[in-house]
Formats: sequence, structure tokens, C-alpha cells
Amino acid sequence: MIEFSLDGRSGVSPYLQVVHQVRQALRLGLLREGDQLPTVKDVVATLAINPNTVLKAYRELERDGLVTARPGVGTFVTRTLADDSLAAHEPLRRELQRWLVKARAAGVDDESIEALFRSAFRGGQRGVA
Amino acid sequence: MTAAIATDALGKRYRRRWALSDCTLDIPAGRVTGLVGQNGAGKSTLLNLAAGLLRPTTGTIEVCGGRPATDAAQLAKVGFVAQDTPTYAGLSIRDHLRLGARLNPGWDESLAASRVERLGLDPGQKTGRLSGGQRAQLALALGLAKRPELLILDEPVASLDPFARREFLQVLMEAVAEQELSVVLSSHVVSDLERVCDHVVVLVDSQVRLAGEVEALLDTHHRLTGPRRTTREMPRDQQVVSERHTDRQTTLVVRTEGPVLDPSWTVTQLGLEDLVLSYMELPTSDLTGRGDGTTGAPSLEVLK
Amino acid sequence: MIWLTWRQLRAQAATVVLAVTAMAVVLALTGPRLVELARAGADEVFDRLTSTDGTLFWAGLVVVAAVPALVGAFWGAPLVARELEAGTHRLVWNQSVTRTRWLLTKLAVTTAVAALAVGALSFAVTWWSDPLDGAVGHARGSFPGVLTPVSFAMRGVAPVGYTVFAVVLGVTLGAVLRRSLTAMALTLAVYVLVQLAVPLWVRPYLVAPTTATIAISARTLDSVVADDQGGPQSITVHTTDRGDWIVANETLAADGRPAALPAWMSDCFAAAPDRFAGPIEASPINPCLERLASEGYTQRVVYQPAGNFWPVQLAETALYLAASGLLAGFCLWWTRRRLS
Repeated sequence: MIEFSLDGRSGVSPYLQVVHQVRQALRLGLLREGDQLPTVKDVVATLAINPNTVLKAYRELERDGLVTARPGVGTFVTRTLADDSLAAHEPLRRELQRWLVKARAAGVDDESIEALFRSAFRGGQRGVA
Repeated sequence: MTAAIATDALGKRYRRRWALSDCTLDIPAGRVTGLVGQNGAGKSTLLNLAAGLLRPTTGTIEVCGGRPATDAAQLAKVGFVAQDTPTYAGLSIRDHLRLGARLNPGWDESLAASRVERLGLDPGQKTGRLSGGQRAQLALALGLAKRPELLILDEPVASLDPFARREFLQVLMEAVAEQELSVVLSSHVVSDLERVCDHVVVLVDSQVRLAGEVEALLDTHHRLTGPRRTTREMPRDQQVVSERHTDRQTTLVVRTEGPVLDPSWTVTQLGLEDLVLSYMELPTSDLTGRGDGTTGAPSLEVLK
Repeated sequence: MIWLTWRQLRAQAATVVLAVTAMAVVLALTGPRLVELARAGADEVFDRLTSTDGTLFWAGLVVVAAVPALVGAFWGAPLVARELEAGTHRLVWNQSVTRTRWLLTKLAVTTAVAALAVGALSFAVTWWSDPLDGAVGHARGSFPGVLTPVSFAMRGVAPVGYTVFAVVLGVTLGAVLRRSLTAMALTLAVYVLVQLAVPLWVRPYLVAPTTATIAISARTLDSVVADDQGGPQSITVHTTDRGDWIVANETLAADGRPAALPAWMSDCFAAAPDRFAGPIEASPINPCLERLASEGYTQRVVYQPAGNFWPVQLAETALYLAASGLLAGFCLWWTRRRLS
């Protein structure tokens, strides 16, 4: 059973943090098929967040096909992410490293790199939402 | 579902001063709603009106479909944890539980007993000796064991230390998850509310400034930073909530449904605290959307 | 709701019940002796009393007079005011009990307990004092009769009416003023004022009083009121039954109209010595009185006969209970409408 944590100052909404933490756990193998996610009641009793937040996160994970909710029993993992995008990870990581080399060569300092990344990332998020 | 609290032009006056004026709200059921505002903005007044402890001067208020405090059945629907969590100092915890059991037909004895047990307190202890946090937890237990449809809390964690505050909210959220409970709680500390609320109402100077779903509000409000310019030329669908200018730079908080296409703006997200503060900064008499003198949308925004 | 009221009242009730019980025990122990004395002969009762008996008699009067006032102030005034001061009304008025039921239950239980306590006390004191009330000693004075204002309020069933009134008064003042201490002080003040006003202006007429014309003589003379020079200004007489409560005493001239004493009375009295110890029949002012009577002067007396004790008691109790009812109605209206 995994446990969630919440970073109040990260600027990322609570429900997304929960989604990310579940996905991360799936990726790292901490959660395997058939494992039960913590009940809404337990999450909420530890984190002191709104139950709807947790419900929303679990619903999104269900929409993505990662978990399934069994009424009266709990929410269970249906598949892991380990194999899903792993194939895409390697080439993407290499591309990113090349871009970083280019940016540093152009004299862009670390903070500017981060700022560039963040604005592009957020812009991309809104486009997807 | 009937709204948890529905008001229409509600007002309350004490002698000369209007503690609350022209308040029209629709707080949905099944949510945790946060009521924010400075001290003296009217939060306590609104909550006391909802609990039936006060009578409106003008307008109407309906709670869970009925007028507050009219009869025992209506009283059973609403639980109230008042500011400073009053308890009978000379009575013990056990006495308070008996009080609840005797005076409430819907009393859940096992729930009350289990909550008190989890607090780890001696039931024979007089409540006058409890710490602030323990009293708050007791008041919460009394409110929850009544099995109400709506639980109202007036600044429940204001005088608690961070640990007690967290514990209180944990118990409250667990109860919301277990029962089908609507919660309305007030606070002047917005960061507490950000975790627990999915609906928010902002009161400034006895009036409602903002009301809506937290998620919707955060999605539609953005902070725009860019070179100095006037707000006259802002697109129609972008409403300026607050603006700040230096000689080189302009920072705006805007509300818009669509994307911000102007590339000269840097768009960042707002936290709930900043959003609420920018609405609280607006002077009451000057709620314009642009600098050209025309007014923007009315101050009360109810976003669904 | 009854449980809660009792739980909050418990401590204070215990003190009062303890005090009443202690008093009752003392009275029960000393009472039978007085009954024996009275059986021996009413006239001798007074002379055979010890000083303890006298102290107890006056103590009984004081206690029965004080308890309603104290109960009204200490139980009644904080009933609503304390809740408002402590903020606990925000707790209890949110339980599933309406303000009406809350207030009515608290009022009913508190007044009932108070009335019971005072009723028992009054019964004990009345029984104990029965041999002494109105007893007249040969030369050394007397105890007041039960109808006199000094004793009336501390006998029979009237104290119960006073208690109910005092408690309701206290609760009402507490609800209006919202401060326990101020309400307690004001309750005591108003209660005392009422207790002074009622015997003066109301009690004489609760039951229709009797009017009689009495001949002036040595036997009927009660007192002489002197003027500045020491001469007689007015006289009062008493009725045959010492237990009667005289409300008005007026000298009438021969024509039947109220008149002042004639001028020759002061000379007549001046001739008599200041002090006289001896049988009434041989008093030196007797000739003056005989001359007064022969000139046609009589005394008109308005009084409540001793036999009216119980009718007046019941009438006064009813009056106080009615007033309490009105106050309670106001208090209820105030708590429901105005405390918002």
C-alpha cells in the first residue's frame, strides 16, 4: 500500500499530485496489478484534503485505464505503466540531453533554461486541457 | 439536490451598522465550502444566520430546504461549531455526550463514543480543563454525532497550533468521506482552505465579492506579466480583476474563459490565496473591469 | 432537556436543600415543646419562652423572607444570562431542541424545585411558630400576629408565590440585561421594592376589608401619637381580636365626619404623669378618654379580621402567580424574538 504526500507550495493542484504519485508508483513497480489503492477515507484522514479531490484523481486514473473501482470494495490497479511509454523514454531523454547541450552552448544559464522549460510546459498543458 | 444554504438579498443590521448586506448565495450540497474574508467582513454573521442563532433584518435564508431553527426537525439537519468552540466548563465530556444524546433524536452514540476514545481523553474530565485543540475536537465530535446534513464551522482552527489544526481537518475530512455531509467553514487563513475546500465564497465589507467552484476559478483566472501598458485595449472576454504597474512592467490578474493569445504576456497560474486576495483588494465602490470607465461584469460571480 | 436543567442546577440546589433540611431539623426538635406550652395556656406562652425561642422565631422570619429573593437572584438571573455570557447558547440552541422548549423546561424545573424547597421551609416555620404568633405578654411585649406585614410574607403558602415570581423575574432580567451580576443585583432590588409595595397598597384590598366604628375607651386604646409639643396629635385603637390587621384608623367627630382631636385634649394629657405602671383601668388619662367618648367622638377602623388570613394568603399567591405567568410570557417572547 502506498502513501501519498502533498506539496502545498508546488503550484500543482492536489488532485494532479495524487495522479502523478500513482503513476510514479506504477512506473517504479511499487504498485503492481491487483494491488489496492488507499481508500479515499484513509488518504483524506492522513492528508486532510477534500475527498472529492481524491475521487477525481481516482476517476482520472480509471479513465486512463490504469485502475478500476469496485463499489463497496475499493480501487484496484489493472495495469502498470512500466511497459507503456518506456519505449519512448530513451529516445526522448537523448533528445533532451542534446537540447540542453545546445542551450548551454548558446550561453543560456540554468535559471533561464528552467524558465524556458516551464513556460513551454505550461503552455503545452493548457493546450492539452 | 437542495442547496445547502440559499440566500436572497440577505442582510443583518446591528443598530447602525450593516454586518451583512445584499447577500445572494447558492452554496451547493455535498461540498466543502470555504468562507473567506477579513475579520469583520460578515463571515460569523452569515454562519450564525444559517444556524438560526440570528434573525435576518432583510432578505431570506434557507438551509437544507427549510428556514433555520424553526423546529426540532430543521435543527437536526444542521450542526454548528461556533467560534471559540463553547462548552459547559463545569460539565464533563461524558455529560456533553449525554447532552447530545438527550437533545438530539438522530444521535449516533457509537460514533460519538469512538471519536472521544480516539481523542484519548478521560470522559470524566471537565471540559473547562481541556486545551483549545481538545475542545475543538470535542465540539466537532458533538456536531458530527448529530448526523446532520450540513455542518457549519465558524473559524474552527483560528486559535489552534499547526498540529491541532491539521488533526482537526483530518477528522473533518474523514467524516466528509464517510458520511454524505455538506460542510461550510470560515477562515481568514486561506491556505487552510485550499486543501479542503472545493467551493469558495469571498466576503469583503459585508458583501459577497466572489463565489464559485475552486477548480473553475483557478482555471479561469491567470496572472499576466508583461511590459507596461494600459488595460483599455484588453480583449472583451478578458476581465481585469486587479492591476499593478511599475514604470516598466504591468502585472494583471484577469478572468477569462478562453486562452490568452497575446505573446507579450507571460501567463502564470494563481494559487487560491492570491486569487482571493486580488478580489479582496478591489475597493467596494470601484469595481470596473477596464480603465475606460465602463463596468465589467457584476461583482458577484457565481461560476458553476 | 429535563436532565440537562437538573444537571446544571444540581450544585446550587444541593446547597439550598441542605440549608432547608438543617433548618427543618432544628425546628422539628424544638417545636413540640412550644406546642406543650401553648396547650398549658395561651397567655402564659410568652412569659415561659426562653431567649433561644425568641431568636429562632425571628430567625425563621428572616430566613423565609430571604430565601425567595436569594433563589430568584442566584438561580433565576444566571439561567439565560450565563449562557449568553459564556457563549454556550451557541452550543445548546443548536441541539435539536427549540428555544421555546429549552426556556420553558428550564423555567418549569427551576421554579418547581425552588417552590418545593420554599414550600417545605414555610410549612416547617409556620407550624413551629403557630404557638407564638400573636402571643401577648402581660407587660413585656408581644409577637406579631400572622396577618401583620412583618409576619404575613413568611407564613403559609404566600412564600411559594413569591419564590415563583422571584425566579421568573430573575430569568427575565437576565435575558434582557444579558449580564448575570447586573441581573442578580437588579432582581434583588426589584423584588424588595415589590415586597414593600404589595403590603402597602395591594394586600389590604385583596379581600374586601371590614369597616367598624369603635368606641374610644381605656380598653380599646392602642396608641397615642404625639405632636411636637408632646401633646396628643392622634390616637389609634385596636379591635377585640388581636390577630386582626388594622389598615386604617380614623377619629370621627359626633357628626360622623373625620376630625382632629379637640384642643382641650393636650391640657388633659399634660396633667397626666409621663409614666404609669399599673392596671389599664386606673390609668390617669382615662378621664380624658371618657370625656372624648361622651362628646361623641368615635374611631373608625378598617381592618382585615384574623379569620381572613387564609383567603388573603391564597389571593396574594394567585396574584403573584399571575404576575409570574405574564413575566414568563414576556421572557419567552424576548428570548425567541429579540435574542437574535
